[in-house]
Amino acid sequence: MSEYAIQTERLSKLYQIGTSQGRYKTLRESVTGMLAAPVRRLRGNNGKGTPDLLWALKDVSFEVKRGEVIGIIGRNGAGKSTLLKILSRITEPTEGRALVYGRVGSLLEVGTGFHPELTGRENVYLSGAILGMHRREIDERFDQIVEFSEIARFLDMPVKRYSSGMYVRLAFAVAAYMEPDILLVDEVLAVGDIAFQQKCLRHMQSLTQSGMTIMMVSHSMAAIQSSCQRAILLQHGHIAADGNTLDVIEQFRKSLKTVEEYPAAALRPDGQTGEAKVTITGFDMFGADGENKREFKFDEPIRIRIDLEAHERVEQPMINFGIKRGDGVVICNFSNWYDNFRIDYIEGRCVLEGWLPPLRLVPEFYEIHVLVWPWGGGHLAGDLARAFPIAAVTYGDFHINGPGLNTHDGVFQVPAVKWHFQRGETTADFSTATTASIYAAFEAEAASILD
Amino acid sequence: MTQSTVNRQVRPGDSAIPLPAKHLQPVVIQPTRGWSALGLRELWKYRELLYFMIWRDIKVRYKQTALGAAWAIIQPFFTMVVFSLFFGRLAGIPSDGVPYPIFSYAALVPWTFFANGLALSSNSLVGSANLLSKVYFPRLIVPTATILSGIVDFVLAFIVLIGMMLVYGIVPTANVIWLPLFLLLALVTSMGAGLWLSALNVQFRDVKYIVPFLTQLWLFLTPIAYPSSMLPEPWRTLYGINPMAGVVEGFRWALLGTEMTVGPLIAVSAIAAVLLTVSGAFYFRRMEKTFADVV
Repeated sequence: MSEYAIQTERLSKLYQIGTSQGRYKTLRESVTGMLAAPVRRLRGNNGKGTPDLLWALKDVSFEVKRGEVIGIIGRNGAGKSTLLKILSRITEPTEGRALVYGRVGSLLEVGTGFHPELTGRENVYLSGAILGMHRREIDERFDQIVEFSEIARFLDMPVKRYSSGMYVRLAFAVAAYMEPDILLVDEVLAVGDIAFQQKCLRHMQSLTQSGMTIMMVSHSMAAIQSSCQRAILLQHGHIAADGNTLDVIEQFRKSLKTVEEYPAAALRPDGQTGEAKVTITGFDMFGADGENKREFKFDEPIRIRIDLEAHERVEQPMINFGIKRGDGVVICNFSNWYDNFRIDYIEGRCVLEGWLPPLRLVPEFYEIHVLVWPWGGGHLAGDLARAFPIAAVTYGDFHINGPGLNTHDGVFQVPAVKWHFQRGETTADFSTATTASIYAAFEAEAASILD
Repeated sequence: MTQSTVNRQVRPGDSAIPLPAKHLQPVVIQPTRGWSALGLRELWKYRELLYFMIWRDIKVRYKQTALGAAWAIIQPFFTMVVFSLFFGRLAGIPSDGVPYPIFSYAALVPWTFFANGLALSSNSLVGSANLLSKVYFPRLIVPTATILSGIVDFVLAFIVLIGMMLVYGIVPTANVIWLPLFLLLALVTSMGAGLWLSALNVQFRDVKYIVPFLTQLWLFLTPIAYPSSMLPEPWRTLYGINPMAGVVEGFRWALLGTEMTVGPLIAVSAIAAVLLTVSGAFYFRRMEKTFADVV
């Protein structure tokens, strides 16, 4: 009898990227490829080892005990989703192997197998069957599923007429009652309204108490921290850390100090970057203390500094700082142009600094996109010839830490301008909400202002 | 607060959780090389999913069409009318002693089943790309369900065939008991072609252009507008290499009692159909592991 739910040994997955080879090809390409193969072989190039190959996972070995709840974290492209896809048998590993004990339910997407033309009731059965439930099981749980989804009234309406919220509720309800032995979840809790999200989280927790093994991938450190006792950090397809959730998250944070940059080559529709007229040579973030860092306290003022090298004169540039949450939600954009700060031209070495307003982003991971546009007006006026940035770089994550807020509380926190309370003759007014009061609210004994 | 209905209070990692017997055998996930077994046992385990997929395809097939299921009849019926006018009346093509309209319609009913099955199944995997990349189930279910769901259309068109037989006063002979076998042969042929084409389509989108062309060509290579008795032996028996020739002549023999020795032709067709399907299934299984990455 095994005490393990999952065991993997040197699990590896090789993907072909870039060229047309990884994607589907035409018969002609395949035929010419076959004809060319002997020639290639003569030249001693068997096609392996070209830079178009990428190990999405490499030598990943770990064991998961039954009943464990384990989180998988890492940057985009670290191999998290590939791992879940292999364990749920959607794709095969290239090397290594995994042993999986018990029935696996994978929830890589909400609404897998839903057909828009069918009614809610019909989709419960269809989606349930696709997720691996037996008809008898769906019959037994049907009422619970409907109750959980809270859309009983619309059960006999085709789901194509559902609002997106209703769709998500029903889809998640089906998945919630899969009850496999091992559940693989990929970032699907970030859907629906807040009350429903909380309900899903509670449900997940009750599932773990019943002994189900859960492996979840999430960009939300709060979700990982609150649900998992153990976490695995993936970096470039390797296991970088495996252990206690807090330690692994801490290590993840440290790794962020080494910033990754992605030049935005694919921004132009023709896929060409052309002559780089401008190079972004430096990017730094500073906190309230003036220290150059990537980890900020909640509500800490942030200053962004970029260094530019303009190889030729660019008139009236528009320079953007876009902030994106780790899970891909674009939060806001700062631009000199929007703020009516006109720069007449850039040439040679230039520096631009921006002081961000107190955004009060909730504690999470974020990334910053820097884009330089030639003559902002061209872009804004729909002048397509100038609608592509001449320089663009994505800077890896920065992190906000602080009070017990997380993405379930929204993107950021804004204090109300004023509060007024009335109870009989007693009235109270309050208009001095500060960061200190938010922190205080999370302290055990916050004093009541009404006393 | 809603209390969860699940109330097995066991601590995580507690090895006292009873293990059902099925857990003793872990599923091994590892690279498979070359040809793999057909996995028929697993397919049987997923038979309910197959049922649901067929049911879905039937339900959705004629949604938001004005004429609905009438399309199942219109297609073969009007082809029959055109064939009767041009081949039967104008060209005077013989029809084995039965009236030409029913001669061609009896062939068009299984042919339409086959041609639609081919068109829908060849696109089935690409059409469910989203499913393939998000959840695991035996991939064979996808084209199989598409083809099996066509049986509803077949039944509708077949009812019209019965009506026509009544009108023409044709009473089927005792041979009619063999009819289900010929339907099975049509099914096996569709499966074979469907498995090959759907798996090829994942890799080569050329299939999209090949299928309509192939169907048209195949229609004329099958004795639908003309009888296979126009061919001398041994060519007529060899004609059975096209499994649809066996299906069509089998239908006529079983229903209309066309007096001819179709036995050898049908035997050849049966062998050809089985070869096509078995090879198709193995090719499908071989390519299956790349579907999620390529589709």
